[in-house]
Amino acid sequence: MASRRLRAIVGAPGTVVGLVILAIVVVVAIIGPAVWQDRAMTMNVMEARQGISASHWLGTDVLGRDVLARILASTRTSLLLALAAVLLGSAIGFPLGAVAGLLPPRGRRLVGRGIGIALAFPGIVTALFICTVIGIGAFGGVLAIGLAMAPGFARLAQTLGTAVAGSDYVAAARVLGVRRGALLRRYVLPNIAEPLLITVTMAASDALIALAALSYLGLGVQPPSYDWGRVLGEGLQDIYTTPAVALGAGAAIVLTGLAFNLLGESMAHGFDSRAGSVSARALRRMGRSLLPGRGLPAAPPEPDGEPRVALRLEDLSVYFPGPDGTLVQPVRGVNLTVGEGEMVGIVGESGSGKSLTALAAAGLVPYPGQVRVQRREIAGSDVATMHPEQLRKLLGTDLAMVFQDPMTSLNPALRLRRQLTEKLEVHEGITRAEATERAILALTDMRITAARRRLDQFPHEMSGGMRQRIMIAMGLMGSPSLLIADEPTTALDVTVQAQIIDLLRALNAEHGTAVVLISHDVSVINELCHRMVVMYGGRIVEQGPTAEVIAAPRHPYTAALLAAVPTLQTGREEPLASIPGQPPSPTAMPAGCPFAPRCAAADATCRQEMPPLIPDGQRDLACWHPLSESDEGRAPGGLASPRVGSPAGRSIPGTRRVRT
Amino acid sequence: MTNTSSAERADARHDRQSADDGSGLVLADLRVTYGAGATALRAVDGVDLSVPRGSTLALVGESGCGKSTIAKAIVGLAPSVGGQILLGGMDVTTERGRSAAHFRRRVQMIFQDPYSSLNPRMTVAATLDEALALHTGLNRVDRRARAAELLDLVAMSGTGADKYPAEFSGGQRQRIAIARALATDPEVVIADEITSALDVSVQASILNLMREIQARTGVAVLLITHNLAVARYFSHRTAVMYLGRIVENGDESLYTAPRHPYTRALLDASPSLAAHREDRVPLAGDLPDPHDPPSGCRFRSRCPVGPLTHQDRTVCIDREPPVVDPAGLAVACHFPPEQPAGR
Repeated sequence: MASRRLRAIVGAPGTVVGLVILAIVVVVAIIGPAVWQDRAMTMNVMEARQGISASHWLGTDVLGRDVLARILASTRTSLLLALAAVLLGSAIGFPLGAVAGLLPPRGRRLVGRGIGIALAFPGIVTALFICTVIGIGAFGGVLAIGLAMAPGFARLAQTLGTAVAGSDYVAAARVLGVRRGALLRRYVLPNIAEPLLITVTMAASDALIALAALSYLGLGVQPPSYDWGRVLGEGLQDIYTTPAVALGAGAAIVLTGLAFNLLGESMAHGFDSRAGSVSARALRRMGRSLLPGRGLPAAPPEPDGEPRVALRLEDLSVYFPGPDGTLVQPVRGVNLTVGEGEMVGIVGESGSGKSLTALAAAGLVPYPGQVRVQRREIAGSDVATMHPEQLRKLLGTDLAMVFQDPMTSLNPALRLRRQLTEKLEVHEGITRAEATERAILALTDMRITAARRRLDQFPHEMSGGMRQRIMIAMGLMGSPSLLIADEPTTALDVTVQAQIIDLLRALNAEHGTAVVLISHDVSVINELCHRMVVMYGGRIVEQGPTAEVIAAPRHPYTAALLAAVPTLQTGREEPLASIPGQPPSPTAMPAGCPFAPRCAAADATCRQEMPPLIPDGQRDLACWHPLSESDEGRAPGGLASPRVGSPAGRSIPGTRRVRT
Repeated sequence: MTNTSSAERADARHDRQSADDGSGLVLADLRVTYGAGATALRAVDGVDLSVPRGSTLALVGESGCGKSTIAKAIVGLAPSVGGQILLGGMDVTTERGRSAAHFRRRVQMIFQDPYSSLNPRMTVAATLDEALALHTGLNRVDRRARAAELLDLVAMSGTGADKYPAEFSGGQRQRIAIARALATDPEVVIADEITSALDVSVQASILNLMREIQARTGVAVLLITHNLAVARYFSHRTAVMYLGRIVENGDESLYTAPRHPYTRALLDASPSLAAHREDRVPLAGDLPDPHDPPSGCRFRSRCPVGPLTHQDRTVCIDREPPVVDPAGLAVACHFPPEQPAGR
């Protein structure tokens, strides 16, 4: 992992440029004084204030010294002073800030306020002040810049440190009794090191410029010593006659500063791309292979006489660029039809592709994901043939989407009124007053009391359950024919969950709104949905009427999933039936049936060939060896079919663990 | 109204105290307050609980009821603790300062999210070694051997102790976290929603593992969960919490014949794989502001059998219902069902 990140950092073009410039600067800094010092110190009044010439590439200064030589010779001083200032600043700032995160509340507040006060003064003003107090000169300059930088570093370390200190792993360490010093060394610092390193790199460029500024003002390096700032200052007097003198020093400062910045940027980028960066090549290839219509048969004309559907997805696949330029396919050829007014539940574990299926249905798959679908119909109209404007209207009115976390899906900065009425004003062109009335009606429909007053509140003033009901109310304002809800109750308490389920059921009964409910919890789907779709490894493995599937699952995965859920009727004496191993990762999908590596009934066929999804009565099933209907999938006690998993699920998974 | 003679209750208390020696966790009149003055939040307000050695107590309730605060108070992560936390008969609220390390060895905690409860910059071996180095007198070689034993205990042997947490799945990480908690050979383990971040199939294996470990080590487990099915399956007793108080404490019969209307409401609200029940009574409204809980019975503002529906039941407004002790000899309700409510 570390090496991949390193590669991501080193491979970025910015890094290459930055590293090359820095390498040159460092080499010059090492050999500079030895090679150019004599030339830089040689005065020749006869050649004073000359412009660019063959013997003096950047001209000469007021004493006739060669400016290029002076710039090159002073590289070491400039660089070392900047680094010294940054090191000093970070040496003071980082420990102060990091410790602050671990202090008891009172100490934390005290240190935090101190840092805040120090930060309130502009850095350069602080530096000038310190410089005047300590005395001008290189030492004073470094001290001044270093001290002026320290509060910024401290604040950053404090913010990052506080986040780490609040994490569960620090709590776990505290429960273990790990001492404060070890906490800082082993827990806080390693976890905030990356952003701090980036900041230090970037700050080196700031320090370089700030020190140059001090020297330029005559407060930094004093004659006869000189650095880039001094050279610049001396050259500036003659900027109108011999501009090259000032520009040369300026260019040195800018180039070196730029190099530090480039390096910092690419480090930040490299650290950021946890899952490996998306290579442009992989994206281009995806773009080519996934262009709509290319390599695909034309969509069949709309069949007449078929009942209108709320949602139809035919052969839906979702692709993401994987590590090392490969493509992964977390959703693999899903066919899903939701009739008008039907309530369908999609159940699956993490990585099953259920959420991406929902997002793809709404056209919301995030970048850099790509969707390929034969046919996507919403409320009876084919999305592919629609004008973008029409499509937007369709998505705004006919389709509503509700997500898991109502806090992050509501805009925290806006009062409810605006968030609720905007859609109506845009899509239906009604007045604000009418929209407000509709909003109140929608909130009341969701059993929200004092709706009129609520409109003037912000999302954070409401409980999680209320926010989720508001999200649903918001989705329903345009009277959609389809509501897609992705884990709408997972973050909520069971009592609130029951309220939301009741509301969705009432909504369906009163307005005929079709619902697609995505959940990891079979029992939630059982409470609400007519039909249940089981997804595993990006595919639908079984679907059918909810009650029938639960009473007699035919796919071994469905049976295992049902058996693994403890219910209020589960026998307390027996161990729960667990499924050995883990769900497959989209980056390492088995060649055959995705469940084969965990299935007790799997044979060679299962491991090599993907079972197709075949209709069987009311049920669709993708399994080479389905459980027969007489196989009691679930005894009343809730025990699994004996064919699934290890004997009675007793053994601790691990013996057959599949590395993914 | 439950008729509990004071003699019976005194007996129960006495039994509890004599049985304590060397085993189990007892909370007596535990109070945890956040803040002070008018804005003080009494997150835990007089809780009596007991988790004998070798047994599991499930603590259930809605978010904000104070169940996680109890966990924090026990492991010393909560401020301002009142009442007693007895560990093997010793009050650790007073002795914490003196023998913190000793106490910490005896109570450990497993957190909800295995993705955030392990230091991403420490290998599995380093994580376990740290716990062992702090609390056992073992030398480096013995610590390595013990760490291997622990990984074996959680069925993670041979899976690369030199790897970092990011290289493991959620279920595997939770096993590592369990191994870390067991490293100090604790008497009590607090399991705070340990399966709610995991997939269903993984949840089953973690619950089975915890059972095996308890059978093998006799550790007492305080299971904090919002999932009643998990609580019922895994625990010997269950305590139901509402706004900082225990409202009911009982064995498995709590699930078949709940005596407090809140317990009943929680059970009704729990989704199930059985056919829909149309008779369930939805709970009205939201959780009241915990800074300003209702007078008398705290549940009365949502209670289906309280003054909301029976206007003559003013006692709910005026008087606090009885306190539930660890033996479950009371239910904190003025009007518990005459006949146990069958389900």
